[in-house]
Amino acid sequence: MSVITVENISKQYIIDHKKGKGGTTLRDVLTNNIQSIFGGRKQQQELTHEEFWALRDVNFSIEQGDRVGIVGHNGAGKSTMLKILSKIIEPTTGTVKIKGRVASLLEVGTGFHPELTGRENIFLNGALLGMTRSEIKRQFDEIVAFAGVEKFLDTPVKRYSSGMYVRLGFAISAHLDPEIMIVDEVLAVGDAEFQKKSIGKMRDNSASGRTIIFVSHNLTAVQALCNKTLYFEKGMLIEQGETNEVIASYLSKVSRTQLVRQWDTPQEAPGNDLVRFRRVELIPDYPEDTTHIDVRTPMKLRFEFWNMMDHANLNLSMHLNSLTGECIFNVGTRSQPYGKGLIAGECTIPGYFLNDGSYTVSVMIVKDTVTPLFVMDDGLTFDVEDYRAGIAWYGKWPGYVRPQFPFEMEMMEPVIS
Amino acid sequence: MADHLQLSSVLKTYETIIQPGRSERHYWRDLWRNRELMWILAMRDVSVRYKQTALGTAWGLIRPLSTMLVMVLVFQKIAKLPGDPGVPYPLMILGGITIWTFFSTAFTQISSSVTMNANLVTKVYFPRLIMPISAVAVSFVDFLVSLGLFILLAIYYQFLPDWHLLLLPFFILMAILAAFAFGLFFATINVRFRDVGQLIPFLMQIGFYACPIAYTSRTVANEWWYPIYILNPMVGIIDGFRWSLLGEQSFFNPQSLVASVVIISVCLVLSLYFFRKRESTFVDDI
Repeated sequence: MSVITVENISKQYIIDHKKGKGGTTLRDVLTNNIQSIFGGRKQQQELTHEEFWALRDVNFSIEQGDRVGIVGHNGAGKSTMLKILSKIIEPTTGTVKIKGRVASLLEVGTGFHPELTGRENIFLNGALLGMTRSEIKRQFDEIVAFAGVEKFLDTPVKRYSSGMYVRLGFAISAHLDPEIMIVDEVLAVGDAEFQKKSIGKMRDNSASGRTIIFVSHNLTAVQALCNKTLYFEKGMLIEQGETNEVIASYLSKVSRTQLVRQWDTPQEAPGNDLVRFRRVELIPDYPEDTTHIDVRTPMKLRFEFWNMMDHANLNLSMHLNSLTGECIFNVGTRSQPYGKGLIAGECTIPGYFLNDGSYTVSVMIVKDTVTPLFVMDDGLTFDVEDYRAGIAWYGKWPGYVRPQFPFEMEMMEPVIS
Repeated sequence: MADHLQLSSVLKTYETIIQPGRSERHYWRDLWRNRELMWILAMRDVSVRYKQTALGTAWGLIRPLSTMLVMVLVFQKIAKLPGDPGVPYPLMILGGITIWTFFSTAFTQISSSVTMNANLVTKVYFPRLIMPISAVAVSFVDFLVSLGLFILLAIYYQFLPDWHLLLLPFFILMAILAAFAFGLFFATINVRFRDVGQLIPFLMQIGFYACPIAYTSRTVANEWWYPIYILNPMVGIIDGFRWSLLGEQSFFNPQSLVASVVIISVCLVLSLYFFRKRESTFVDDI
């Protein structure tokens, strides 16, 4: 049975661009109109409208008990879609039919008032999420235990640590009992252990027939929780289906190999008054007859930057990240004294080290081993293709690294027949 | 299996259709269903109001008492304005202050209710009328305190109320409706134009003198502009409120109440329509 049907949903925003001052005040509206009454020049030429479609012609339906992930870049329309489903935003066109009660978690601890105690805020937040007083009372002890804030129930939440605040907020929402639950990024906060606990709690909920819609940048969380996934781009739903397939195609579309970046003028180059990058480059050392990077390919990562300081102890620190944002490793050069001039650093990554996948490189210039002078995020992005020889298995090779460590077998005691 | 049956019956009961411009068909039912939320938001405002104040709820008493003392000094002792014959001047003033302060704080709170709760508007759905309705609670608590003060003062002057008192709830209700009639309009405007925040204290200051608070309407009843004066809907409410507390000796012209009822009803309907019309765009403008 489909519990949510979305038909031709679009959302349009009209953005007023005004030259000069920003913001609307009554004065702007009044002066514009009064001037026209008195035959003055209307300031209309200064007003330009721009139409912006946050969502365009979106259609999908969700079955009861599905756990649906929504992925896409920032500004792809994910949050707008959630807000339309939550009745917070009204669509410009289209129809949504929802069967069942909906609880939306668009942030942790919605409506928490810093002056109120933990106890008061549980009732406030619970009511905002659609729980009745008796429902909250019945689950009160469980919520408090889940959040682990027993000792601080009568303390104003402004005195809570951010961890406690988040745990309390999530604990309340985890005890909601709606048929449909809409969750936006709230798992992005809190420590790893609590995230695990939260995902577990949400899975339990959906096992009992609940439908969950979950938006996150954390693809690992989407994979862990969702069986279906919707992929949005520029306000359009471009793919939907089984989570693994959709995420694979999402990754293949977002990753683009970029091997060299060079900045010709200092104005464009990333950096500041002390240091400025000139060029970052990935130099693959292709084995014979290959033209793309695969798991066998050794490569060098080369960073060139200008140092504008007379005398400074500098080193480079490089992070290699997976596309989902997890850091795979971090390496750094030794710190050495340098004068003004162009400095280059080179890191060698051997073949048979990275597994197949998409990676990004961030690099940091550090002074005196402790002070980061400049950080370039996502300096390079590259893909490593799969390669295997003599293996008849073609499943996804697990892990971020695929090293070839010595791993031998031998016959210890042959049985002679 | 039983669980499943129960679930499908729940799914059938709660069917929502979201469409552009679809004024929620069950709006008023939703509002009623959310009455607990209304109550909790009201309690939040009341409870937050006096947190971290040394004197706490005593402020609810100090404000009307000190205003009354100053006004008795200025208007009775210095300006020597005549009061209603047979009514102690402080009682007359306190009656006026009580109902006027109730109206003006309720009106101010309603006007800022939507913008004050901006964090909720962008994150949860509920009938937006809940915000102005629950905003009245704080002013109502203050009103009750002020009314208690009036009773103490009446006992001190040995002033006994009569059957007029039965009409008191009506005038209180009128004051609330007046606060909504004007407040909802400003609450809606306030979402787009924050100028309202500047305008309201100014309006309230003018209102204080345009209404019979520090004086009695008897003083102006023979002026040629009196018919215009009673077009101020608060005149009938304030006079009526005092009349029901203090009896016939207090000046009250029923005609002024007719004006109040007509103006407030028309404004209330218009404001409510305006608020409901704009409600769905609050989130885009806030």
